[in-house]
Amino acid sequence: MVQINEALETVKGEDRSYSQGQLIRRRFLRHKVAMSALIVFFIAIVLAYTSIGFGPIPGWWGKDYASTYPKVGNGEPTISLTEFTIGEHPFGQDTIGKDYFALVMRGMQRSLMIAFGIGIISTIIGTIVGLLAGYYRGWVEAVLMRLTDFVIVVPTLVFAAILSQMAGGVVGMTLVLPLVLWTSLARLVRGEVLSLREREFVVAARVSGASDLRVIVRHILPGTVGVIVVAITLAIGAAILLESTLTFLGFGVSPPDTSLGLLISDYQNAFTTRPWLFWFPGLAILTIVLCVNFIGDGLRDAFDPRQTRSKD
Amino acid sequence: MTIPTDATPSGLGGSEPAVLSFQDLEVQFATDLGEVRAVNGISMEVHPGEVLAVVGESGSGKSVTSMTALGLLPKNARIGGVVRVTEKDVRQLDARRLRQMRGKDVAMVFQEPQTALNPVLTIGDQLVEALQLHGVAYGNAAKRRAADLLAAVGIPEPARRLKQYPHELSGGQRQRVVIAMALSCDPKVIIADEPTTALDVTVQADILDLLRSLKEKLNTGILLITHNMGVVADMADRVAVMYQGDVVEVGSAEQVLVYPQHEYTRRLLDAVPRLGAGRAQLGIAAEAPPIITDEVPALEVKNAVVEYHRLGKPSFRAAEDVSFTVHQGEIVGLVGESGSGKSTMAKCALGILPPTSGTVAVYGEDFNRLKRKDRKALQKRIGVVFQDPAASLNPRVPVGDIIAEPMVIHKVGTKTERQRRVYELLEAVELPRAAFNRFPHELSGGQRQRVSIARALSLDPELLVADEPTSALDVSVQASVLKMFMTLQAEFRFACLFVSHDLAVIDMLAHHVVVMENGRVVEQGLREQVLHEPREEYTKRLLAAAPVPNPEEQRRRREQRHAMLAAFGDKVVEIGDVPHGPEGP
Repeated sequence: MVQINEALETVKGEDRSYSQGQLIRRRFLRHKVAMSALIVFFIAIVLAYTSIGFGPIPGWWGKDYASTYPKVGNGEPTISLTEFTIGEHPFGQDTIGKDYFALVMRGMQRSLMIAFGIGIISTIIGTIVGLLAGYYRGWVEAVLMRLTDFVIVVPTLVFAAILSQMAGGVVGMTLVLPLVLWTSLARLVRGEVLSLREREFVVAARVSGASDLRVIVRHILPGTVGVIVVAITLAIGAAILLESTLTFLGFGVSPPDTSLGLLISDYQNAFTTRPWLFWFPGLAILTIVLCVNFIGDGLRDAFDPRQTRSKD
Repeated sequence: MTIPTDATPSGLGGSEPAVLSFQDLEVQFATDLGEVRAVNGISMEVHPGEVLAVVGESGSGKSVTSMTALGLLPKNARIGGVVRVTEKDVRQLDARRLRQMRGKDVAMVFQEPQTALNPVLTIGDQLVEALQLHGVAYGNAAKRRAADLLAAVGIPEPARRLKQYPHELSGGQRQRVVIAMALSCDPKVIIADEPTTALDVTVQADILDLLRSLKEKLNTGILLITHNMGVVADMADRVAVMYQGDVVEVGSAEQVLVYPQHEYTRRLLDAVPRLGAGRAQLGIAAEAPPIITDEVPALEVKNAVVEYHRLGKPSFRAAEDVSFTVHQGEIVGLVGESGSGKSTMAKCALGILPPTSGTVAVYGEDFNRLKRKDRKALQKRIGVVFQDPAASLNPRVPVGDIIAEPMVIHKVGTKTERQRRVYELLEAVELPRAAFNRFPHELSGGQRQRVSIARALSLDPELLVADEPTSALDVSVQASVLKMFMTLQAEFRFACLFVSHDLAVIDMLAHHVVVMENGRVVEQGLREQVLHEPREEYTKRLLAAAPVPNPEEQRRRREQRHAMLAAFGDKVVEIGDVPHGPEGP
């Protein structure tokens, strides 16, 4: 027996309504790998900033990264997982007796700051370039996209090295490195805008007299959020690696300050005698980059459910 | 009420064993939001040389049913019941046998020939591939056979066409290629899923003629899936009506379409606009609101030419010397097939596409001669409704904000006033107040189109441009939206340029009709004159090709059309001699 639903055109009243944002959040929260990565990442950030403190705020770890301490043994790591002790110098000491845990924490602070700064600034540049090129087409697009092509064809590392040499310092590096990292996002955003601008709701807004700014900000930008959020996480990962590479090559952060790249570079020769001086900053880089990439993966799956493998 | 369970009505089918049958078919999909039942235990059969039409609106499960016959449902589907193609049980076949069955025993004709053909392979390659896969013919023999198949479906110069790519063919020819591919291995049954929905009405009539000759000459069984009652009347021997996963009525075309038993079938048939019935349909007031002809017209198009410039090629003329007028309070129907330039004219009227020459004036003002500020003021007086409500509403904005947006843009009223206005509009388009905070994806297609209309009306426009506003909707939803539209027009008295390819819809609501073909106006005049006593050959062809949902009447119309085609010197499309190859291994 089939009942005809007379109220074909009723809006489901009591049913909970999900906005697109809520659906995306729900899919992200269910993504196990991404959630684990998010937790690990959060712990890493908290650890880096609370342990040795930041600026005038003191941390709970008694030692700082600049002072030298009397050597304990050969400066080996005192951390032990079998007996579970942290010891005097959990990550060991460097050649002149500095506490290596404090140094690695300081390095993480620096690398995270640089990476986030670069990630955010390059995203802003890339988004604006992509939006303008995609929305206005014509000569605006031609000029902006040729500029993008130009930045892409110059080898990133060479370009970045020259720029960071010219700017110098952590702040300079943070401001200058985005100039080489925005290109892929600009292309992605432009591609997205090209399809969005032909959608009828954009035409509808233009027909009702909306200004270009309103159309872009209200109707086009939200549609590109998926691409942008994912690109931020990937850019952050790339920025950490780029910073480490540049510092390793001698173009980035300079002593007495330190960063993960600098630590690796300084102790590259100690690898055979004091391997921990290489392992710990390396492990820190690996953790941060992997976490950020997994989070990015999770976000991409959440924004674009078609790309996920169907669950069992 | 009772549902007829006997799938074989008196006198039809049944003499030969079924080539395709479903018994107690059930399909469920596992989704993010739990189990969704698509088909609830239905049974039906297709016999050789018979067309069984499965009718239903979107979500009724008709396409899912057909996909089970090919074993093509996605992995998250749970299937119950028995599906047989000839004597094979589809659900028991392994992957290799399934592949053998597809194409050889059962073939498919898709809705959109544009996407059903691979754009980077030639027509010949695709036909030959189908032949070789099933071992029907190889090499030059396969090529010859492919050419014969093309000739059989009525494509001229088949040898040359084999070397062409899909984009070089017209939509109708592409669909013929798809049919040729379906025929390549002599299938016992063809599943045609909305085979003419993407096609123009004159092309549709040709393709239907072709399919009909298939069943008559080759004794092929056809499962025809469609939402168009006219197509059903034209083609079907028997009809199964589906509603929310159930078959609610089965019977001969005559029984179902002329003497429907089930309430849903009756409602569906009542909702179909009838060509020739004029305004008094669906309970719409027969008398039209007055048209004001002595004041400045709402829209006046004079000798408009629109050219699209193409790099390195001569520019393309989308409209040539088009002139028509929409008076205040008048609904003008703009009719034409795809590529006729009707949407181009709608864009001109909206001021987003300036004509290359000629003038387009809204209330006496030409967009091109206005300053930015004045343009915005003029746009305030125009409302727009687009074809696809899913695309014309921003998915990230709640309904209330969508409707209020034109008011925000033109800085009309305070926030509370706007909100009050949105509630008024929701009421006017018969949506509940609860819709205010909903997102477009939570509404049905018809509800979305109502939101779209509410947005168009939010500033009390004096001219409404509606570009195929009901083409993407189911027929019962179309009926309710059209009815509401007419009520609103009678109340607010706006002028309207109503673009549509559906003559029956235009017949229902327009005062004045403009027929376009290839960028030119072929005929224009009062609705009664253009649609009931057309003067031009093109208009006659259009009218003759539109199917009506009554088998008896449609048969008569078809014969008239064939006679008319003969008078114009055209041939009726029929299947030619299909080459029968050696049996495959």
